[in-house]
Amino acid sequence: METVPFWFACAGLLAFLVSVTLRTMMWLRMPIHVRWELYPVAHEGKRASYGGSYLEESEWWKKPREFSIWGEIRVMVPEILFLVALREHNRKLWYRSFPFHFGLYLITAGTVLMGGFALMGSQWESAEGFAGVLRMGIIVFGLAGLVLGLLGAAGLLHRRMTAPELKDFSAPADLFNLAVFVAVFSVALSGIVLLGVVEFFASLTGLIGQIVKLPFGHAEAQVPGIVGLSVVLMSLLLAYIPLTHMSHFIGKYFAYHSVRWNDAPNLKGSKQEKVIQEALGQPVSWSASHIAGDGKKNWVDVATTMPGEIKDR
Amino acid sequence: MFADFSRGDDCLFEINQKDQQPLPPPFDDIDEEPLFRRLTEEAKKKYVLLDDTIAVNIPKPETQEEEAQLVNSFLSGLRRLVSREDNWTFLEPLMISLEHCAKCQTCSEGCHIYEESGRHPYYRPSYRSEILRRIYFKYLKNSSTWVHGDIELNWKTVARLIELSYRCNLCRRCAQSCPIGVDNALLAREIRKVASQEMGIVPKELHDSGSMLQLKVGSSTGMNAIVARDNVEFIDEDTTDRTGIAVETPWDKEGADILLIHNAGEIMAWPENPGGFALLFSAAGLSWTMSSDLAAYDGINYGVWYDDFQFARTALLHLEAARKLKVKKIVIGECGHAHKALSVIADKVVTGDLNIPRESGINVLRDIVREGRVKFDKSRNDFPVTLHDPCNLVRLMGIVSPQREIIEAIVPKERFREMEPHGVENYCCGGGSGFAIMSGHNFAHWRHHVSGRRKLRQVLEAFQGEVMDMEHPKYVCAPCSNCKGQLRDIIAYYDAWERAGIYYGGLVELMVNAMVDAQPGYIDWEWH
Repeated sequence: METVPFWFACAGLLAFLVSVTLRTMMWLRMPIHVRWELYPVAHEGKRASYGGSYLEESEWWKKPREFSIWGEIRVMVPEILFLVALREHNRKLWYRSFPFHFGLYLITAGTVLMGGFALMGSQWESAEGFAGVLRMGIIVFGLAGLVLGLLGAAGLLHRRMTAPELKDFSAPADLFNLAVFVAVFSVALSGIVLLGVVEFFASLTGLIGQIVKLPFGHAEAQVPGIVGLSVVLMSLLLAYIPLTHMSHFIGKYFAYHSVRWNDAPNLKGSKQEKVIQEALGQPVSWSASHIAGDGKKNWVDVATTMPGEIKDR
Repeated sequence: MFADFSRGDDCLFEINQKDQQPLPPPFDDIDEEPLFRRLTEEAKKKYVLLDDTIAVNIPKPETQEEEAQLVNSFLSGLRRLVSREDNWTFLEPLMISLEHCAKCQTCSEGCHIYEESGRHPYYRPSYRSEILRRIYFKYLKNSSTWVHGDIELNWKTVARLIELSYRCNLCRRCAQSCPIGVDNALLAREIRKVASQEMGIVPKELHDSGSMLQLKVGSSTGMNAIVARDNVEFIDEDTTDRTGIAVETPWDKEGADILLIHNAGEIMAWPENPGGFALLFSAAGLSWTMSSDLAAYDGINYGVWYDDFQFARTALLHLEAARKLKVKKIVIGECGHAHKALSVIADKVVTGDLNIPRESGINVLRDIVREGRVKFDKSRNDFPVTLHDPCNLVRLMGIVSPQREIIEAIVPKERFREMEPHGVENYCCGGGSGFAIMSGHNFAHWRHHVSGRRKLRQVLEAFQGEVMDMEHPKYVCAPCSNCKGQLRDIIAYYDAWERAGIYYGGLVELMVNAMVDAQPGYIDWEWH
């Protein structure tokens, strides 16, 4: 029984990684789509500041295209960390959503620090120097993350249950998901209250350390009951997140990089041109009379046939 | 509110003018505004009702078979919409938007239609998306309604959803504000696509007398090539008379550098625009031509708003004409959706020697100014000017600075004022996605009272501080035919020329008005 939390944590992490990988692969395997960019496009260099594009250039196809990775980073990092779009366009919700998301980031960072601490082989009680800094980071990030996460999740749940514009659009699962976060964070914070913050994170770090060391054959983690319960609940939540629309952290990457910022032109003789040629060979089965797809004619066949030339099937 | 959508035969809601925010002076008394004309009882009996206006004209089914047909064909189209083969063109953006909405309503704050309707919940950009999403998960994926929410699918749901997809200008301002990247405008377009490509249901202005007419005759205006050439010849003569500079538009000139494609609506409604282009291109010594091939003298491409195949057919005709003339590039006149269709969307459906470079006419005009090929006297444009940013050209293509560079050279600095917000954060004119040419039943009233209201508000705000009467004319520069059509209609509807001296026109008109070698007075300030 003592190792149940340990195995839950391993399984939760594994399920999370597998789900995220599968979901990422699903998006990566999407067919090429037509350009649907939306300005400002962050990698446009100086033009990005006002939303301009290389299409402002005369005969742009004869000129090298500026692509600023730094421009993308400058937009992505604040967007991920501080939810800039939400802050600009929906401040009421940002007051709740930001602590929720930032709390999750801090919890994730704290967990990574736990793994790092374990790999250093330091003892929790006697950690000094860099290990001592890590220990402090684990406590600060973990505690702050749980408090912010709880406040944010509770705030979001309250708003979703009371604001008409959110309530009317919410499915039961939307409320359930937030309630689960509230419950999981509450249990963890109860553990901190019962055991003391240092003891709680010391136990948790021991368990995370065992997971990190699993490839080397250690699996002897024993933690107090309330810590074990927290770990089990967190693990279930971790496995659950990618199965819900909360996997938007993956979708958002593709929404930006594959759609909003995807302004790559189709140049003659390019690799992209070959992919497009394949796409144009896809069969068409749309039924309206001006298309009359039969599942055999391909995209080019239909696009190069004028509606007046289509014979009724 | 989702259950109501599938029930009842009447309109789900009506526009109440008392719920709307008053406009800026001198239009700030809402009681003096024209009254929203209600649907006739005859129309209410005959067509599916959503909100006291009609865009699509879907007749109420008379038999259970017809009801079932609406539902079944919609579901069949939805299956094709999420298929890799049938909808590769938009599958990834579609699925991201279908699967990842957090239902936070941030998009609503970006939507001029929602805001100006008096914040009516049915006009939230996410509302129609959420209905589509619930149908997709419940009826295609057999997912739990506990997870994705419930919706009853019947003929009313289908017909109202199609009608609701034509209450969005597809301006994508909502997508710009979405924290995740969900694109409700795209979902509106994809609903239109199912209706068109599977069910054959489209507003007649867009399809029968729009893209179909263009593919058959050559232009949605109904002009065949002979008529178009005659009209342009007349325009050349008129431009010569008005400016004192001989103008002759070259047609079908093989080997020219540029194939210029206008929205043919300019030829019919705003002849000073193609006239201005011809004058400036000739004065600048450019090698250019127009084409009299099918559809090649009309850059419109209505398919971009509702149907991938109608879009591709039109784009291919434009490109084929350019290939035939062996031009170096296609230059697109002042038409926003023609820009986006041919420059951006068509980019992923053409290969090989059909992949002919396309460029904005505004870039070419900017170069004429920058290189000093034509001399301008900005004192000739000594009147207040504001600039409308067409969504297709600006938010969706990132062409923001060339038009401003031109204006800086032809309008006194103190006379130009930006709208707020402007550039890529602009608001749609309210005529986007085909609305500017749709006026069936009382739809024009809806356009003026709801979708176009924010633009009128912006125009009035831009000119606050000026004397608001006809003796003090003000110019709204809108480098897009569709936007000009909408501005013309709003200005006429609210009597904004007589009451506030607000006039509108394109960018080249403003350029020719300031052209040193031309006789003054190209802009005639006459309300037509």
